[in-house]
Amino acid sequence: MQLEKIHYDNKIVKAFIIATVIFGIVGMTVGLLAAIQLFYPLFNFSDSAVGQYVSFGRIRPLHTNAVIFAFVGNAMFAGVYYSMQRLLKTRLFSDALSWTHFWGWQLIILAAAITLPLGMTSAKEYAELEWPIDIAIALIWVVFGINMIGTIIKRREQHMYVAIWFYIATFVTVAVLHIVNSFEMPVTLFKSYSWYAGVQDALVQWWYGHNAVAFFLTTPFLGIMYYFLPKAANRPVYSYRLSIIHFWSLIFIYIWAGPHHLLYTALPDWAQSLGVVFSIMLIAPSWGGMLNGLFTLRGAWDRVREDAVLKFMVVAVTAYGMATLEGPLLSLKNVNAIAHYTDWIVAHVHVGGLGWNGFLIFGMLYWLVPRMWNTKLYSSKLANLHFWIGTLGIVFYALPMYVSGVVQSLMWKEFAADGFLRYQNFLETTTQILPMHMLRAVGGGLYLTGVFIMAYNLVKTAFAGSFIANEEAEVSPLVKVKHTAGGYWHRILEAKPILFTVLALVAILIGGIIELVPTFLIKSNVPTIASVKPYTPLELHGRDIYIREGCVNCHSQMIRPFRSEVQRYDPKGGEYSKAGEYVYDHPFLWGSKRTGPDLQRLGGKYADSWHFRHMLTPGEVSTGSIMPAYPWLYEQQIDKGLTAGKISALRTIGVPYADGYEAVANDELDAQANKIVASLKLEGLETSSDAEIIALIAYLQRLGTDIKLNETAQNK
Amino acid sequence: MYKHVLQSIDNIAIWPVISFVIFFTFFIVLLWWVFTADKTFIREMSEKPLHDGAESNVNAEPLT
Repeated sequence: MQLEKIHYDNKIVKAFIIATVIFGIVGMTVGLLAAIQLFYPLFNFSDSAVGQYVSFGRIRPLHTNAVIFAFVGNAMFAGVYYSMQRLLKTRLFSDALSWTHFWGWQLIILAAAITLPLGMTSAKEYAELEWPIDIAIALIWVVFGINMIGTIIKRREQHMYVAIWFYIATFVTVAVLHIVNSFEMPVTLFKSYSWYAGVQDALVQWWYGHNAVAFFLTTPFLGIMYYFLPKAANRPVYSYRLSIIHFWSLIFIYIWAGPHHLLYTALPDWAQSLGVVFSIMLIAPSWGGMLNGLFTLRGAWDRVREDAVLKFMVVAVTAYGMATLEGPLLSLKNVNAIAHYTDWIVAHVHVGGLGWNGFLIFGMLYWLVPRMWNTKLYSSKLANLHFWIGTLGIVFYALPMYVSGVVQSLMWKEFAADGFLRYQNFLETTTQILPMHMLRAVGGGLYLTGVFIMAYNLVKTAFAGSFIANEEAEVSPLVKVKHTAGGYWHRILEAKPILFTVLALVAILIGGIIELVPTFLIKSNVPTIASVKPYTPLELHGRDIYIREGCVNCHSQMIRPFRSEVQRYDPKGGEYSKAGEYVYDHPFLWGSKRTGPDLQRLGGKYADSWHFRHMLTPGEVSTGSIMPAYPWLYEQQIDKGLTAGKISALRTIGVPYADGYEAVANDELDAQANKIVASLKLEGLETSSDAEIIALIAYLQRLGTDIKLNETAQNK
Repeated sequence: MYKHVLQSIDNIAIWPVISFVIFFTFFIVLLWWVFTADKTFIREMSEKPLHDGAESNVNAEPLT
């Protein structure tokens, strides 16, 4: 058979590799800063000119977005583009699309790096970016998809290897998740309100959030594992049959598990149970995949001792196994009751992020760079050093966070013999775990050091070799083989990429639809509470400041139905959080981590003056507090010109502001602000009624007061 | 209370039944296919990453 000469595009892979290393360093450095801020609040630089751009509430989303979408995202594209060309024996569909994809993605990262510190955020975790950037993400993602499907169509292989299926599933699912979760009502160019409210917003967000982990951090990397692990071990995957079952069961089941992020919240019970059941089922495909990866090394374990690439991959696959066993266990309601809102979850995601994603990426890079630059790795000693320092980093990161999580949770829940909470002051539980947070920063620092060592090693390798921009390969052209007689339907399926893509889409849509639709059908029936009213204009401004400052990163607004939580957060009213309290919350602000206390029933707990002093000097008002100060709220003024726009945007998406309310909204705003200013003046505190702090105080004083006013007026 | 809300949706009981039927059927068929699949085909597929036309690369040997 005549062999064809083709050229694989290595240049685009190189570009994504460089971006991976740069953003790995950036994202992790920002993470280290966030970690330090949590025990040394001075590093929020609150009193400096840049204070408001680098306080924890804005830095934390910057860290998560940078490592997920910039570091892991770029690595994903590098791995996908490298392996896809070789598995399909063809150059990528279009060089122009490849480069549009590359530069588009970097521009999105740049936009995120600018807007997040500026406080432009939707407040939805891992989907913080504002609507124009959301649109850009959708467009670039489609470019990636066209490039991928186009490459698959012009392939010279009859059948698609399992890695390609994982890539297809990644593309279709992330597209669906991103679009559905990003429905928002723009107010200005960089401010919007989530289309959904309260419980529904929470369900959509965590359907997205969970599956972002599944389909951005997991499936593409399973594809990468199924390609690079056999390459590095120089033997085929342990069981191809198992990989088929792994694929279909994983994408079928993963999509249902989102509600396990909302256990014991105001989310309907049936949805919570659905999330639990499917999370437990996930152990099977996840462990099938992990064992498939580890067994691939059967007979090659001696090489794991020497080859840094294999070492990284073995730890990565093991971390995948650990994280995917831990995840389902955390989804059990009794475990979740302890772990949720604590550092345990932080440990869990970092075992996945540092161990699975990070180490698989490092292994891949150490394998790729010498080959693409046609040389040997500069120093395998340094690679081994990176391996050990990185592994130590993970241990020093994860263990203190586990200890911290359990300690904090048990302190939150402990009752004394007199029937009251033993640690009534939340702050006691925060200061108790500070040493653990310091150790965690050491772990993160070690891990980051490893990345610097890798960067040096890879750069030296690249300079020692000569880059092969277009790698030549000889491949046989595709001969259409007609399969005789049916029976092997899956085999036929693998030869039809479009049909395959559609089926993968159907598989994930079934889960999504069955989960989301009932919650939307009952929209008009979410048990409303008569006394719950829309926010006043001033409170609305305050809520937007709360969103801008990223308060949701440390404070939940969701009191779970436990005696310990009700007594801590609503000792007088004794009410846990109800779905009906959130019907006007666009977006929901339940939060997922309690670095500070829950704020759902904060209103009326303290005087206005307490809030005024506390936001300015938290460490003085609450000795030992690690909360950053917010001095700029006292100088900056709210933009009353936006009031009307905010009101009409919210009315469009269902908040019942009366027609024409815009005309009087600012008058009401002034009246409410003046009242707060007057109450502050009684305590000798002078401030302008337009200061942002006044709006924030109005919002904080509103929290949970609806239900306090009229606890029994529930509508059916 | 949610029981009441859910009961007000017509035929709510059909949702879990549909889900179960879809899952059960899909996986039975999948397992049946996987275990009856042609051995040579499976072997050929699993070796794809090792014969991906990159052999002309001088460094295809595993690094030591």
